[in-house]
Amino acid sequence: MDIGSRNDAVPLCSTAFVINGQQFTLELHPWVTLLDLLRGALELSGTKKGCDHGQCGACTVLIDGERINACLKLAVSLDGARITTIEGLGSPESLHPMQKAFIEHDAFQCGYCTPGQICSAIGLVSEGRVHSRADIRELMSGNLCRCGAYTNIADAIEDVMGQGRNQIREAAE
Amino acid sequence: MRPFSYTRAQTVQAAVQALASDPQAVLLAGGTNLIDLMKYEVERPGAIIDINRLPLNFIDDLPDGGIRIGALVTNSSVAHDERVRTRYPLLASAILAGASPQLRNAATTGGNLVQRTRCYYFYDPATPCNKRQPGSGCAAIGGVNRIHAILGASDSCIAVHPSDMCVALAALGATIEVEGPAGRRDIAFSDFHRLPGDRPELDNTLQSGELVVAIRLEPNHFAVHHTYLKLRDRLSYAFALVSVAVAVELSNDRLVDVRVALGGVAHKPWRDRLVEAEFAGVVADEEAFQKLAERLLSGAKGHGGNHFKIPLAAKAIVRALKQATSGRLQDQAAKSVQ
Amino acid sequence: MPIQSKAVGLPLSRVEGPLKVTGGARYAAEYFQPGMLFGVVVPATIAAGQIASIDVSAAERFAGVVKIFTHENRPSTAYRDSKWKDQVALPGHPFRPLESDRILFDGQPVALVVAESFEAARDAATLVRVHYLPEESHTDLMRAIHTSYCPPIPRAKEMMPPPPRGNAQAAFDRATNRISADYRMDGEHHNPMELFATTVLLGDDGTLTIHDKTQGSQNSQDYVCNVFGLATETVVVRNAYVGGAFGQALRPKYQLFFAVMASLDLKRSMKVEMSRREMFYLTWRPSSFQTVSLAADREGHLQAIRHHAVHATSRYEDYQENVANWSGLAYRCDNVELSYEIVKLDVSTPGDMRAPGAATGVTALEAAMDELAYEVGIDPLELRLRNFVHRDQNQDKDLTSKALHACYREGAARFGWAGRSPEPGSMRDGVDLVGWGMATGLWEASMSPAEAKVQYCANGTVVVSAAASDIGTGTYTILGQIAAECFDLQIGDVTVRLGDSTLPKTGVEGGSWTAASSGSAVQAAAKAVIATLLKHAGELHNSPLARASADEVEVAEGRLVLEANHQVGVAISEIMATAGLSSIEESAEVGPDKALARKFAAYTHSAVFVEVKVDSELGVIRVTRVVSAVAAGRILNPKTARSQILGGIVMGLGMALHEEGMIDHRTGRIVNHNLAEYHIPAHADVEDLQVIFVDEDDDKASPIGVKGLGEIGIVGVAAAISNAIFHATGKRVRSFPITIDKILESEIRQ
Repeated sequence: MDIGSRNDAVPLCSTAFVINGQQFTLELHPWVTLLDLLRGALELSGTKKGCDHGQCGACTVLIDGERINACLKLAVSLDGARITTIEGLGSPESLHPMQKAFIEHDAFQCGYCTPGQICSAIGLVSEGRVHSRADIRELMSGNLCRCGAYTNIADAIEDVMGQGRNQIREAAE
Repeated sequence: MRPFSYTRAQTVQAAVQALASDPQAVLLAGGTNLIDLMKYEVERPGAIIDINRLPLNFIDDLPDGGIRIGALVTNSSVAHDERVRTRYPLLASAILAGASPQLRNAATTGGNLVQRTRCYYFYDPATPCNKRQPGSGCAAIGGVNRIHAILGASDSCIAVHPSDMCVALAALGATIEVEGPAGRRDIAFSDFHRLPGDRPELDNTLQSGELVVAIRLEPNHFAVHHTYLKLRDRLSYAFALVSVAVAVELSNDRLVDVRVALGGVAHKPWRDRLVEAEFAGVVADEEAFQKLAERLLSGAKGHGGNHFKIPLAAKAIVRALKQATSGRLQDQAAKSVQ
Repeated sequence: MPIQSKAVGLPLSRVEGPLKVTGGARYAAEYFQPGMLFGVVVPATIAAGQIASIDVSAAERFAGVVKIFTHENRPSTAYRDSKWKDQVALPGHPFRPLESDRILFDGQPVALVVAESFEAARDAATLVRVHYLPEESHTDLMRAIHTSYCPPIPRAKEMMPPPPRGNAQAAFDRATNRISADYRMDGEHHNPMELFATTVLLGDDGTLTIHDKTQGSQNSQDYVCNVFGLATETVVVRNAYVGGAFGQALRPKYQLFFAVMASLDLKRSMKVEMSRREMFYLTWRPSSFQTVSLAADREGHLQAIRHHAVHATSRYEDYQENVANWSGLAYRCDNVELSYEIVKLDVSTPGDMRAPGAATGVTALEAAMDELAYEVGIDPLELRLRNFVHRDQNQDKDLTSKALHACYREGAARFGWAGRSPEPGSMRDGVDLVGWGMATGLWEASMSPAEAKVQYCANGTVVVSAAASDIGTGTYTILGQIAAECFDLQIGDVTVRLGDSTLPKTGVEGGSWTAASSGSAVQAAAKAVIATLLKHAGELHNSPLARASADEVEVAEGRLVLEANHQVGVAISEIMATAGLSSIEESAEVGPDKALARKFAAYTHSAVFVEVKVDSELGVIRVTRVVSAVAAGRILNPKTARSQILGGIVMGLGMALHEEGMIDHRTGRIVNHNLAEYHIPAHADVEDLQVIFVDEDDDKASPIGVKGLGEIGIVGVAAAISNAIFHATGKRVRSFPITIDKILESEIRQ
């Protein structure tokens, strides 16, 4: 078969999901990833592409509340999913507490990994498995930051968790 | 990526049929390895069968006190399942040592079993690789091979299996349930992954058209004395240079049952039951651990860049045995080695 | 400047923060236009040789593909090398994408596939079949080191080693205490999180609006205009937000070339984004080999310093950085011999990466200083103190300031250095060996020519504009702070516009000079606005400021007042209303003060203290604590400044322990061109980092007293970590990164 023309022959897949509260029903090629769909046709470029291979975490979004690398998900496989991206968390006028804490603690420099860090941090908090600073570090390690803002990111997360339940403590380490 | 068709399977039987009828078809579960490999042109399926809707997302108690984990349960769900945490904490610990929270949220139990090697050359379609393209040669032999195998390798492949979860399963001795055109069958964990031999393109013993349905774990006595120790090039979010899963049953300071599985050193999670058996009844002390490590690694062979793995594995085995026998399991968040 | 600051010196949050945390800050690939095309590059898979043939037929048939560009059909571009040389080009021949069938390095782009969708371009790119005639490639620095040479055309005069002073060889031979050691470093890759990307938006009138990942919008604009023969006014380049760069985006990258080329050829808007893999084939910190020999008397006073440095460059350009010269100015020593050579390899041209040269050279010097401290038998910090120097002996100049003593003192106190037990292996924490190490850091404090425009509006708001770039450095914020201070405003009253080639001329954002340069330009422009206000104030009837001169007045609470007596003044609103002005706009240009530079040299300094814990059996290394004490003149914003230093420490940690570009020297190809196998530090690697800014008044380094912070944070970090590892283990690993295998091997050898 002539591989060069096959991409035309594959039927589009009808896919429906909710992104940031808004219902979408789209006709998609199966080889479009969620990340490219967000950053392309949907113009939701807050979700970042840093490696496209699940190696950096910049594309982290929340799918049905769980943090996921959008680069490794085919969009068509998410039929029926509820997806939250950075744009769905807050706006400059009405920031999510995690977004506020990131600003206050200077938890970013260039800002490129930031949406992924924030989505990941929100996933982390809702998972409820942090008992120490070391836990924050380990459980945020899927989000690389080349500007090296890790210390401030951990501070921001600790701050938000402290607001919530004030029980984060430095582990005996 | 190459153009591919996409269908969603609604039943296991339908998935098996679709898989068996199209040699170009592959199964999509969490996608964390498959989509990655497709973007690098290493996997070029003509058809994708999405199995995420199959009813394989369960963790069931078995009458014998064991547990059955469906192929579609995510790594996170397994690691945080209360029954797994209390009865198979080694499995939970190993899973939490792997990848990242995001990847563990997507990756599935079945997908973890069939994930492919991280060899640099396997990932690069422009280089020879017998695993990717049988007969093309092995660029890792004589090349950059610090992450490669020291045990069970062949002249045609020195790649390693990258999983952490599977190292724990090897130590625990799981059973894998698969379904194929010929029906359902069980595969003992030790028989599931292969050594490369002269067929490195085959990672495991799944037959054409077969898919993993579940894994079963028997009840065991390892909930106290176990550990998963992973050594890597950075402290998280990196593949193992060497990892060790140890499960021990002790009686009066003697090893009743000792199991040591190694990750990052071979084409499959490495375990040697004969060597383990030699140490049954032996006093659990450092001397015994050293000997056990020595015996386990007696056939180890380096390829230049990975010679260091031999002494590193030996030390890691000893330390892991110390951790397990003393009940100080490795905490995957605290980065000091216990 | 006003005494009571509402802005400068305060730990204000980044002004662009709300945009960055909500996904509203747009980076180069994040601009959209209906009908836009997408380009994906096909990288070469050999390191040296020739393209025998390219078969694009299958790719061309792929649905959605518009055109495939190769060396066989590339549109014509500028012929002369001079047209291809960007503002920070190197001696040699700039790389020209798709120029010919020659392959000069692994990953060199050999085709651009343009399609109606990103996916079609990505997938069709894999169908391009290239048949190569490979030639033997040489990529191993150590194997080619016998071919090293002094660069015949210096990149800059100051990068060449100064002439020898004294007689280093003789002094070395006579000295009682000597060490000599070789240090190797593998190549490093910047890996900013943002992928290199360019979006070209084609206007109806044929003008190009280009969003480029660059550290200099005007550099990209010049390059595009020169290469494609376009008029400056038809090309606008913007880089409002840059997702990290660290030097990699100083020079235009090929995605800019490709996006413009295809846009002009196809008359469509274009987007070209690199893959992570492609980013390993560009600008990198070169692999290096250094020999440092130090001699001292029994008290540790340096008698001789010799430092020989060699690093890699490409076949087509002579990349150069200042590696060895730091050894001639860090400490007092009268017998110094420094030398520097480069080696041509079949690699892409290396380039500046955070503290280029210093990160490499100071690491070797500071590791050697630690070796000397043990040789002499004194504390490593004491050795530095005994050799403290107040002059730049390389250039025989005074220093504008050097508060390094305070860095040593405050850093050591915070760290608890006095509690260090000197013997290697003597400190333990359970099974971990504990090591404490330290190093000095230094970097030049320089200014580059910069312009800025300040507009004061009648409603009491200010707009600052300059073609500077904020690559995560906090430039938006600090320029806003400077303007706010000049007009006694809150930072919220100031809007800062950057990252646009149409704005006042500014050089590339690098070398730690942006704060000093653009900051001084903003201050100068603000002063010009104040002078204009004064002129108009003088025209008022019975003006109380009629006889005041510009340097006697300032702005306070919306009034132009006498500095000496704020009671005397006029409301600015009144001045502007009377003059019938809605706004006042002034520009200013600043540059290095040549007269001062003839007499003084300016550097930033740091003292870095590190604690490592090394598992005594397994060799697992953790950096558990870092204290970096920095002297960098005036700190405009302690919050963003601290972040800059934290980032430098983290990158230094990567340099020490993780980062190495691995090349299969049989083929000359990079094998770990991804973020799974090229390790940069992750959250888990970064524990307790502390930053101290010591007081340092400097009225010469720049008009605003600022010295710059972008590089100093990384300098010395890798050395301090390796010194701490020695203190923990007694093992000197002189090859970076210090991975677990090297720790184990050094043990095996013993």
